[in-house]
Amino acid sequence: MASRWRRFTRAWILSSTSSSVPARHAAWTARRVARFKPPLFLLCLYPLARWFWLGFSGGLGANPPEFLIRSSGVWGLVALLLTLAVTPLRRMLRQPALVGLRRMLGLFAFFYTCLHLAAWALWERGLSPAAMWDDVIERTFVTVGMLAFVPMLALAFTSTRGWMRRLGRGWQMLHCSIYIIAALSVWHFWLVRAGKNDFLEPYAYMAVLAALLLFRLGYRVLRQHATP
Amino acid sequence: ASLHATPNPDFRVDEPLTSEQDITSYNNFYEFGTGKTDPMDYAGKMRTRPWAVVVEGEVMRPRTFDIDDLLKLAPMQERIYRLRCVEAWSMVIPWIGYSLSELLNQVQPTSRAKYVAFITAEQADVMPGVRRGILDWPYVEGLRMDEAMHPLAMLVFGLYGKVLPNQNGAPLRLAVPWKYGFKSGKSIVRIRLTADMPLTSWVKAASSEYGFYANVNPEVPHPRWSQATERRIGAGFFAPRADTIKFNGYGEQVASLYQGMDLVKHF
Repeated sequence: MASRWRRFTRAWILSSTSSSVPARHAAWTARRVARFKPPLFLLCLYPLARWFWLGFSGGLGANPPEFLIRSSGVWGLVALLLTLAVTPLRRMLRQPALVGLRRMLGLFAFFYTCLHLAAWALWERGLSPAAMWDDVIERTFVTVGMLAFVPMLALAFTSTRGWMRRLGRGWQMLHCSIYIIAALSVWHFWLVRAGKNDFLEPYAYMAVLAALLLFRLGYRVLRQHATP
Repeated sequence: ASLHATPNPDFRVDEPLTSEQDITSYNNFYEFGTGKTDPMDYAGKMRTRPWAVVVEGEVMRPRTFDIDDLLKLAPMQERIYRLRCVEAWSMVIPWIGYSLSELLNQVQPTSRAKYVAFITAEQADVMPGVRRGILDWPYVEGLRMDEAMHPLAMLVFGLYGKVLPNQNGAPLRLAVPWKYGFKSGKSIVRIRLTADMPLTSWVKAASSEYGFYANVNPEVPHPRWSQATERRIGAGFFAPRADTIKFNGYGEQVASLYQGMDLVKHF
């Protein structure tokens, strides 16, 4: 039983090297994957559209600023996790070209995080740089959030093909910081809820992030041990 | 159902009232969940009749009051109070009820009575938050005896001319306007007078973040946010945050209760 389970997990994670999978599978071209981009783009605009819809129909509740601050933060995190889901998905579906969707998802994570930051600056800190700075240095959860945001700026800035070429191997290394950003983001969310004793949602995001990271780890380990 | 009350001009603030819609749809009542609309969505099933309140402990005449007796215990007054939540938002609410001292005088507190604990309803079958844990139920809050006897401390049975909606703490709750909202227990079933300071739910859960006194104080920040300003619910998208006033603006009436006390230490 145990060995069967091991074999199953191994086949699942390493699906491309498993001999049990029929070989008739054809890989998608980058052009084919590019066709998913417009619908994905629209899908990623759903949170924004929803805010406008709720805003005009009075659905943002009694405290709209609070709703928007939280909602933008959560969607930023969701987009970040979706970005991290691209690689496991590529490997599981054996469709490496899916990487073509990653930049858009990453930039949406950046977009919603920027809105989260702007909402905090406007509604919590009255757009006063001094008040914002005080919050950043005095409160751990704001510090952690800001620490997640700064490398995100660098990743967004260097997300173009030109920067990929210019940075070469360094680009890959720089963009590995997404793991740090994701960990800090989940930690930030956990700190927000700490003391309110309500960890259900932070734990859920933590579990998803852990699964996405464990998949990568599993893939590395198994590939090293896989017989050619 | 409507609840008749006479406005009491001694207890009113001349600020625009928060809408009934906002007051009844944006609540912290963790027995029903931690979301602000959870109480509105789930409190409908809470049983508020029959309802009795046990008053016990350091009293000469312990007694169990039926809710119908409490509704007739003293004349119903409408008082307009500010409510400041520890989460840095605020409302202005027309409560209906009378001073808590009216009830406490009925049971004749002994000289040993130094504190009052308020224990609130725990109906696990209709309270999703109770089933999930979150806090150590039932919810317990407390006041020092002199705070409880202060005329501002109010036993509330209604708001906006109506009987309290369940999400606001039916059939009776507390309103202690110079303290953060969590001090005002909802759906109270037991009041216990004690010689020692009661261990309240939030102190138990996070004593570094929530103190026993919990007086509104812009100078003492919460570890995770500033208390210097507040957002008035219903003020609109572009209204700036308002400055928070010490004791929520009730300093003239209550500051003397805390003379000689370090309110940073006893937050």
